[in-house]
Amino acid sequence: MLDVKNISMFFGGLAAISNVSFSVNKGEILALIGPNGAGKTTLFNVVNGFYKPSNGDIFFKGNKISSMKTHRICKLGIARTFQVVKPLQRMTVLDNVIASAFLRAANKTQAEEIALDILAFSGLYDDRQALSKALPLGKRKRLEIARALATQPAMLLLDESFAGLNPSELNESIEIIEKIKAKGITMMVIEHHMKVIMSISDRIVVLNYGQKIAEGSPLEIARDPLVIEAYLGDSSNA
Amino acid sequence: MKKYSPLIAIAMLLLVPFVGLSSYVMHILILVIMWSVIGMSWNLLGGYCGQVSFGHAAFFGMGAYTAGIFYYNVGISAWWGLPLSVVIVAAFSLVFGFIVLRLRGSYFVLATLAIGEVLRVTAENLQDFTRGDLGIMVQERTWVGKTWYYYIVLAIAVFTFFLVKKVIASRLGYYFVAIREDPDAAESLGINTTLYKTIALCLSGVLTGLAGAFYTNYMGYIDPQVVFPLYDISIVTVMVVMIGGVATLWGPFVGAIIMVLFAEIIRSIPSLGEAHETFFGILLIFIIIFLPNGIVGDFKKLKRLAGIRGNS
Repeated sequence: MLDVKNISMFFGGLAAISNVSFSVNKGEILALIGPNGAGKTTLFNVVNGFYKPSNGDIFFKGNKISSMKTHRICKLGIARTFQVVKPLQRMTVLDNVIASAFLRAANKTQAEEIALDILAFSGLYDDRQALSKALPLGKRKRLEIARALATQPAMLLLDESFAGLNPSELNESIEIIEKIKAKGITMMVIEHHMKVIMSISDRIVVLNYGQKIAEGSPLEIARDPLVIEAYLGDSSNA
Repeated sequence: MKKYSPLIAIAMLLLVPFVGLSSYVMHILILVIMWSVIGMSWNLLGGYCGQVSFGHAAFFGMGAYTAGIFYYNVGISAWWGLPLSVVIVAAFSLVFGFIVLRLRGSYFVLATLAIGEVLRVTAENLQDFTRGDLGIMVQERTWVGKTWYYYIVLAIAVFTFFLVKKVIASRLGYYFVAIREDPDAAESLGINTTLYKTIALCLSGVLTGLAGAFYTNYMGYIDPQVVFPLYDISIVTVMVVMIGGVATLWGPFVGAIIMVLFAEIIRSIPSLGEAHETFFGILLIFIIIFLPNGIVGDFKKLKRLAGIRGNS
């Protein structure tokens, strides 16, 4: 569904991503993991169109998207959430979701219907009249997901939607992810929380210093010596 | 009740000329309504869409000069300035927007600040076209009394009010606010931020231009200092909205009443009149500290403050 081909991204002389390739298949959850600064969010920004890659191409459903503007990519069906949440602060939760539902709605009534649906789906229905800046972090993270869902994407990019959540919020969010998967939406997930990664992802891509060092099923990744080294350090130095 | 409040307000305003107010009071009313139009249109761009402009004199002056130049150089009635200014200001806004809307935050503010001044200097120097500092005088006044001018500006204001109201409740309104709150998030939700910012700029510019074209017809005389000034138009526009309430429907109207009356009162005090800008500055500081959302936006807070004072 999504093909990332030989992507590199330089900031000045620094290679934030170098020559990374992988594909995401329809309906799966692909996790993107790696130590801090490995280039995960940068990769999202490239896929999402915030950055133009220095080299390489990205194809989504056969369309080359690596030179498109962000809003066009969203229209094609890729929605994302932000690691540092970006709610539309002085709007209510409902208005936040309506604003994004307009992308595929013909009029306001329809946008509102979609929005209320999504809010019920993501467990934010009771908070719909709250100003989004008044929400606790866990709900703001979920609002990010709700807002992205309201654009009715074929693919969702989730950037650390689980970071900073308490255990009960964590379980709720995992449930929501599973419900999204059941809807047939493909997902690419950045996450540090290993329990979450291992339980939800179908495949994992590991980045370190901007390079792909491993790719495979959760079990394969957990046993991969390169991955262990990246996370825990070289055993000979231990 | 709340639903009908605009209609009640309009009905009352329609009846005003029958009260038999003096021509001075009518003049003040016309200015108040004209400033509400400018305030409402600024609010669309600055209040809802978050693109703060310190150069609305550019649009106002361009509207005014469209009426003036067609009257003076082509010889048609200055009233043609109203429809013509829509076309010309819209075209100008498109070009201007294309250049400056890629700037964000304070850089955009600076660009708007510059364009107002650029147009003022241009109008002063293109003497064959604009008569420079001599200004343009509309020789034949359409009406001697104020009544019809009042109704015309009221019609423009009512049109602007309902247009803004409609826009804010629609997809456009949601997109404007989304862009104000977070342009990156808006873009990643599929909103073409450049396009919608341009629409906001065009709407805002055209409505301000209409007020300008009306001004030429009403006052019968324009020159660059009168219609393109940084202070008396651009800054006052921002103040009208800030005092009344940014991103509120009624704020510009309340702000216009206060600013016009305040200006008239201060100017009429003999030794202080020259310093009216200083008083505006003090008023603005007061508003920013105590009522950052303006009178309409902080109305509850205002009532509470008044209540506390009443009790003690």
